[in-house]
Amino acid sequence: MATTQNIELIDSAARAQRTFEDKLGGEKMILNMGPSHPSTHGVLRVVLELDGEEIINAWPDIGYLHRGDEKIAENMTYTQFIPYTDRLDYLAPLANNVAYAYAVEKLCGIDVPPRCKSIRVICAELARISSHLLGIGAMAMDIGAMTVFLWLFREREKIYDLCELICGARFTTSYTRIGGLANDMPDDFLPMMRKFLKDLPATIDEVDKLLTRNKIFIERNREIGVLSPADAIDLGVTGPNLRGSGVEWDIRKAHPYGGYENYQFDVPVGTMGDCFDRYLCRMEEMRQSVRILHQAADTMPDGLWNAPEAKIVLPEKKAVLTKMEELIHHFINVTEGINAPAGEVYFSAENPKGELGFYIISKGGGTPHRLKIRAPSFVNLQAVPVMAKGHMIGDMVAILGSLDFVMGECDR
Amino acid sequence: MTPQEAIKQLETRFAGATGVPVEFRGEFTVTVAREKLVEICRFLKTECGFDMLTDLSGVDNFGDDSRYEVDYLLYSLKHRCHLRLKIVVPEDNLVVDSVTGVWRTADWHEREAFDMFGIRFHGHPNLRRILMWDGYPYHPMRKDFPLAGLPADLPETAVDAGRAEAAPMIGGPFVTTSGARTAADREPRQTDTASERFEKKETS
Repeated sequence: MATTQNIELIDSAARAQRTFEDKLGGEKMILNMGPSHPSTHGVLRVVLELDGEEIINAWPDIGYLHRGDEKIAENMTYTQFIPYTDRLDYLAPLANNVAYAYAVEKLCGIDVPPRCKSIRVICAELARISSHLLGIGAMAMDIGAMTVFLWLFREREKIYDLCELICGARFTTSYTRIGGLANDMPDDFLPMMRKFLKDLPATIDEVDKLLTRNKIFIERNREIGVLSPADAIDLGVTGPNLRGSGVEWDIRKAHPYGGYENYQFDVPVGTMGDCFDRYLCRMEEMRQSVRILHQAADTMPDGLWNAPEAKIVLPEKKAVLTKMEELIHHFINVTEGINAPAGEVYFSAENPKGELGFYIISKGGGTPHRLKIRAPSFVNLQAVPVMAKGHMIGDMVAILGSLDFVMGECDR
Repeated sequence: MTPQEAIKQLETRFAGATGVPVEFRGEFTVTVAREKLVEICRFLKTECGFDMLTDLSGVDNFGDDSRYEVDYLLYSLKHRCHLRLKIVVPEDNLVVDSVTGVWRTADWHEREAFDMFGIRFHGHPNLRRILMWDGYPYHPMRKDFPLAGLPADLPETAVDAGRAEAAPMIGGPFVTTSGARTAADREPRQTDTASERFEKKETS
């Protein structure tokens, strides 16, 4: 015999939704998308309120990947936190390393040598290409174009090879140090990177041919998930998502850091703010990154790759093993940490996903009093309800794909 | 408009509600009165062009007279400059007016500050936990919350109801009670054996 059963909704997002729905009394459906759904790129859960197939409202529910990075940072030295930055935006770990190193250097008031800056520019731009390759590939795959993902992943593999060459790790790089780098760039890095830069534009053009004039791709993306410039600014959206909405703002241009003022590159800007514009911005940004990489490789200066600040920068390993002075500095820097001054700084870098900021409050000593990570994915995801309203449930996949977020960074 | 000019305008418009501005590494921070926060934010957005709220973070100054503070980092796309506002929040009255009416992006940031520090934002449309689960009893970014965590009930799921246990790392190099020992003291080689380390932690 059939019986009915009252199911109590534990989850408060769903419960709040039910009371809302009761008031309306309409034929609405609540659908959980995620936390493990192929298009949520990690563990994002979106609670959708549907009227038939139309999205009436959407509530992103985050926190499934929360590891307490900020808490951890308060309990270790500045240098010890570098590996944790790899795991923020794990599709572009090099860019996170660079941003974090500049933030701590700003707190300490030190400047890094030109060679270090150039290498960091190369790191950040390689990371940008790597992240955009995956972002576009995953977006296309979610919409149904499987080929693009595989072709772009072939190129990403070469970037991993370059990462391996420069720092020994393919994925969790931890390449920067406070005031410099873990090691100098090997001699065969630049030739290998030039070869990669020669091959990459051909792949980008191939993908361009596959997608940009593809009728299915255009119809899935044009006028879908439109984000107006005013909304984008109000919601704090940054990166390619902001530029896709037609706001020309790039930290590399607005507040040049790490020598970006010396490179020639353009900032692509969209006109409509839909999924297609965000895709186009990413495509063009990869081409501009190739331009920057060529310039950086051509103008790579010689000389020091670590700042000559013995009290802050870890000394060279060879010197630690043979010289007394360096051994002392190494010991103090590793055990007590650098002696950072008291003060508050905020440094933000133009990361592939948007503005990655580190807000450090120091009370002096080797550990931060508070380290707030301003994660672009966290802020950008807030725009989902605005973008999704009124679209079909299938468009949600395109919207999430075009936002290009990473949950490791969002949940921290 | 530079941040200095904005601060000057604030000082004339809201006399008595602003503290002494601080400059460090070219960044300007001004402490403002908690009661006037929303007014000041709206003024800065409409009159001074700070159209973007880049970041909002809670801070726990454990041991200070007024324990918590909230920092607002404002950005002006037009003038290309940052300005930081700071408000202090005493422990016995953990309520701040919400600025979601000024910038919509404050929504999730304020939820995070509530989740992590327990600071309540008056007028927030949906002040729920965002990173931790609903019903979690603690605010983990507070300095008196141990790094290893505390046991807490997990929300019931269709599959299984569980319990989150504290990480079994007592005495480990990175496990600390807040404000107790410096990084140098926590260095494992400070003490000889793990049991000694444990005892030290117990007594301190």
